[in-house]
Amino acid sequence: MRLTVSGIGILGPGLADWIGARPVLAGDQPYVADALSVSPPLGLNPNERRRATLATRLALDAARQAMAGARSDTAELATVFASADGDMGLIDSMCRDIYEHRVPPSPTVFQNSVHNAVSGYWSIAEGCRGPSTSLAAGDGTFAAGLLEAATQIVCSARSVLLVAFEVPAPELLHPHRPFDSAFACALRLGPTTPGEDRPTLDLALCEDEQPFTPMSDAALEVMRRTNPAARALPLLAAIAAGRSAVIRLPYWPGLQLEVRLEPGA
Amino acid sequence: MVKLGKTGFFTARERSRRTPMPIAPARIHVYTLTTALGHGCRPHLQALSEMRPGLRPWTPEEAPVQSWAGVVDGLDAVRLPARLAAFDCRNNRLAELALGGDGFAEQVEAARERCGPNRIGLFLGTSTAGIRHTEQCYRRHFEEKTPGLGEDLRFDSTHAYVSLADYCRRRLGLSGPAMVISTACSSGAKTFAAAQRALSAGLCDAAVVGGVDTLCATTLLGFHALGLLSPTPCTPWGLGRTGISIGEGAAFALLEGAGEADDDGLSLLGYGESTDAYHIASPHPQGEGAVSAMRAALDSAGISADAIDYINLHGTGTPANDLSEDRAVARVFGDTAIASATKGWTGHTLGASGAVEAVISLICLREGLIPGTLNTTTFDPELTTRLIRESAPRPLARVLSNAFGFAGNNCALVFGRTSCA
Repeated sequence: MRLTVSGIGILGPGLADWIGARPVLAGDQPYVADALSVSPPLGLNPNERRRATLATRLALDAARQAMAGARSDTAELATVFASADGDMGLIDSMCRDIYEHRVPPSPTVFQNSVHNAVSGYWSIAEGCRGPSTSLAAGDGTFAAGLLEAATQIVCSARSVLLVAFEVPAPELLHPHRPFDSAFACALRLGPTTPGEDRPTLDLALCEDEQPFTPMSDAALEVMRRTNPAARALPLLAAIAAGRSAVIRLPYWPGLQLEVRLEPGA
Repeated sequence: MVKLGKTGFFTARERSRRTPMPIAPARIHVYTLTTALGHGCRPHLQALSEMRPGLRPWTPEEAPVQSWAGVVDGLDAVRLPARLAAFDCRNNRLAELALGGDGFAEQVEAARERCGPNRIGLFLGTSTAGIRHTEQCYRRHFEEKTPGLGEDLRFDSTHAYVSLADYCRRRLGLSGPAMVISTACSSGAKTFAAAQRALSAGLCDAAVVGGVDTLCATTLLGFHALGLLSPTPCTPWGLGRTGISIGEGAAFALLEGAGEADDDGLSLLGYGESTDAYHIASPHPQGEGAVSAMRAALDSAGISADAIDYINLHGTGTPANDLSEDRAVARVFGDTAIASATKGWTGHTLGASGAVEAVISLICLREGLIPGTLNTTTFDPELTTRLIRESAPRPLARVLSNAFGFAGNNCALVFGRTSCA
């Protein structure tokens, strides 16, 4: 399956946006693990904006970056939201309400706890009524999202916005999903067209087990290995460097996703 | 409200949104389900034919909240294979029980021999996976002051969304592409769409689809907090309806893009997906997203609205949901649709409901049955679509099944006889 990349968003500690992150990922500037800075989701009304969780703000920020400068409007755009565990803070909040505080869970927390709440807020913020799939596949979640987006593109010949996000777990769940860096990325993907000068991805499923493509920076490698959304980092780094690359992404045990990248003009 | 003809009308924008090409039908070789009505297709057919209910009064241990629920009996006694013991939780027990129905696991095994395990995809829906187990770990932590939630939380194989697909993938011996879709109450329906695309794109030659969701405190008390949980059995489309009754359920189907026709000769003919862009917990009042999902489903099946013989509504029984769906159905089908809602039998099985009602639609197609609408004695006169009250035999060629979820996520599926494709 072959597709092109026409927009990219990224957000993580020390990775404020794609323009700023590009030289860092390309290896031209050192990575500095700064505090996370997330833009408020401006498309939402003040009430929704105030209630938007970190996962929502993170995902919408990355998504907006990827859509910046898009020629087509977002009203009909299909989206895929990939997250292994969604917003674990909301699950924790509901369980604490019920079992610690002995009160009913907050209705706002409950309605935001569905895995596709982030997709819903994107759709509301952008007035986007296209199909949207929120999916999960554990540590293979980014690969699953990329594969689903590619499959939709092959079948519909239309663009798809892929957003991957993951936020650290709250205290009680943290030992069970141990990572500390929030991370989100977004890729605007579409079918290939003749004379294309954009980065092109060729996807293939591979049953032979090759080492996963690592990050050369130690801190980014920790982020890649621990945060399921950050499994995208080697692909983003290769795009940033503008070089051809073959990247192996984790998907399922015994099944990897191979991405062949041609950088375009 | 302006009455629209059978084909409705389209704005320029809606016209441009319409899917141009019909999809390749996906043959459905075998299907099964387990809900409060029983284990496998037969008890479902009986209960639907005989108007036998499945809901019972249910109060969670956690709070004195009055509700009726569709409870699956016997889950406490279900044991997972020893090698998969780490996956043990109510949700995976329900998956295990359901996979044994109607010879489903055996048929998947035969497909595995035929296609190879790496050529069978797995696309499953759930809204909360094994969260009931997580709740019990939180309860123990706060009641018994245990340190942390405990190693026996087994997060990856119980709580995580992926646990459902991981369990079923290992249980069925599959090694192809797999994922969990979690879009609230449209999850199970959307797995059919994802599988059809994966088959079309050549990612796999067959696909197991479905959904599994089980009763838990967070969901029940969450719906109660939102004022959407009915204290009495849910009455879809009913006058004075008071909300949903929650159920647990699991449903599976095996799809293939090509191959020999099976005895039933049933196929997924079309699907449509959309979002509302309206509100996180309320549907669009005019059913805007539902309209585009249903129209896309008809277009992708290459048929017009009058080719649908029966609509299995989402029909949850909340005032806003039923009103929104009614407006949408009227816009697409006019006022002549033959429709009913079956959640009065099973309860709302949430992330599984799209798959449960897809399988109910397949049973009705195969058996020639239009199910009625259980529990509803007086239909809301505000609603245009007149629902079938009593189940009745009737030959069916094509059925549309609706599933609409929180955060405005919509999916409509068209099933029919393969000869109709």
